[in-house]
Amino acid sequence: MNYKIGESVATRQAYGDALVEYGNDPRIVVMDADLSKSTKTDGFKVTYPDRFINTGIAEGNMMATAAGLSTCGKIVFASSFAMFAAGRAFEQIRNSIGYPHLNVKIGATHAGISVGEDGASHQCLEDIGIMRTIPGMVILNPADAVESNLAVKAAIDYDGPVYLRFGRLAVPTIFDENYKFEIGKGIQLKDGSDVTLIGTGLLVPACTEAAEILAGEGINARVINMATIKPIDKDIIIKAAKETGAIVTAEEHNVIGGLGSAVAEVLVENAPVPMKRVGTQDVFGRSGKPYPLLEMYGLDAKTIAAKAKEAIAMK
Amino acid sequence: MDSNEIKDLQIHAAHVRKMALEAVHAAGAGHPGGSLSVADILTYLYFKEMNVDPKDAKNPDRDRFVLSKGHCSPALYGILAERGFIPKEDIKGFRSIDSYLQGHPDMKKVNGVDMSTGSLGQGISCANGMALAGKLDGKSYRVYTALGDGEIEEGEVWEAAMFAAHYKLDNLTAFLDYNGLQIDGEITKVMNSTPIDKKFEAFNWHVIRIDAHDFNQIEAAVNEAKQTKGKPTLIMAKSVKGKGVSFMEGQAAWHGTAPNDEQYAQAISELDAYIDSLGGDK
Repeated sequence: MNYKIGESVATRQAYGDALVEYGNDPRIVVMDADLSKSTKTDGFKVTYPDRFINTGIAEGNMMATAAGLSTCGKIVFASSFAMFAAGRAFEQIRNSIGYPHLNVKIGATHAGISVGEDGASHQCLEDIGIMRTIPGMVILNPADAVESNLAVKAAIDYDGPVYLRFGRLAVPTIFDENYKFEIGKGIQLKDGSDVTLIGTGLLVPACTEAAEILAGEGINARVINMATIKPIDKDIIIKAAKETGAIVTAEEHNVIGGLGSAVAEVLVENAPVPMKRVGTQDVFGRSGKPYPLLEMYGLDAKTIAAKAKEAIAMK
Repeated sequence: MDSNEIKDLQIHAAHVRKMALEAVHAAGAGHPGGSLSVADILTYLYFKEMNVDPKDAKNPDRDRFVLSKGHCSPALYGILAERGFIPKEDIKGFRSIDSYLQGHPDMKKVNGVDMSTGSLGQGISCANGMALAGKLDGKSYRVYTALGDGEIEEGEVWEAAMFAAHYKLDNLTAFLDYNGLQIDGEITKVMNSTPIDKKFEAFNWHVIRIDAHDFNQIEAAVNEAKQTKGKPTLIMAKSVKGKGVSFMEGQAAWHGTAPNDEQYAQAISELDAYIDSLGGDK
């Protein structure tokens, strides 16, 4: 792994790089459904051709085949776009991977609206919600290349199904090599006392930027990076609720079912405080350039800062 | 096989059928028709063919079986009990809340179940994965799966068929339990998938047509599959739904219906008479 802070790298690229980096483990098999150039598994294909399996455009078959491979000791990374992994192949993931709790890792790239020009048919804004309902499924949504690399490593070391969510868009690298990643642990990036901004994926830097906007208005915001959506880090959420009294979540996903829902579930049962959810507001996306789309759908620092003030006002 | 070997298999198969019926009767629910039609295939595999050991059911070098038509769990539990993987007395717990014998096979709960199945179309993909792992690891184990003839209406079966041929999974043998009936009626009337053999041949499979209730034919087909290199084999086994119980044979109504006490008693007495006629112990 060799990413510099500030360097622009898509998390899907980091996924592909990590598969090559850790791929000398003979147990690892990488599968793809005719999208290896886009999911970036093509690097593994070149380096370890014997352990790269293209299933053609047949995602359901890929997931169940991955399940069979895993029963024979393989650690399988089954890769496709989030839409076709979590969406089309949901039932294979649920019944053949989730139910027997098999050691399959689902590498889902092109998640979220930042897919851009391909439009709503390919912009998966439902996958976290879908995957979250499967018992025992771990869901990782890394924010940058470094975290993506460490998430792949953690997935290899973890025995059980993991859904890894990556983006198409090149995003700034925000962590250095000393960054410690642990499944199930949120990371506090900035302390604060007035409100907590909990971000995941490419909205983590937006949360940091929102905290700066708020600081300019005299509001001291805490920022948490929640790379693991499931199992959610309850402790860090409850602590934030008790210490800051207001929460904003930010994710590139429908506000129904994703990080916002997961955090809300923890809050209502443990430490109810005012909360606002930044995400797509139960609508489909559309074609366009990624950043203008993110702005159009309110997935940016400006919106997060505005929602923070709304949450604070509800205290 | 000599006639004594065949007789032994026939007796085992009758016991598998009895236990399948015991399970469904005790549960008051389940799938007797397809369980009875696939019973001889399972009996051949577990008693004559597969390298499996009830005391070492997870051995990485073992042969594997995936019941892709997972609703026929009563037959699978029957053969696992007959072969010593699970206690015979557990069969009556089938589908009950305090039993590990789920309505559809659960690999995490049942000794000897190689894959959790039940959602049609997925088992053959899982079997492909096992066969592919064998190829990757240079292992000589073989993988068997049993498909229902209704099941092959699932698109995933054909994705899997393409895959198995593309990756030359000649260590995979799929049985088609070709009893001609699915829940809603005859397969040719519900959704005509025929000619099934020609479809698999067009998908670059080796296809063998047999009578699913003739052990000599099953043996010859399995051996032919083992000799077939470079492609997977489909054994299209023409079977009788409800085989072995006179009033269940050829009746779609017995796809997913449990016999009542009277029907159960009659079915058991027919199978016992059959076992008697072969000189076996009931």
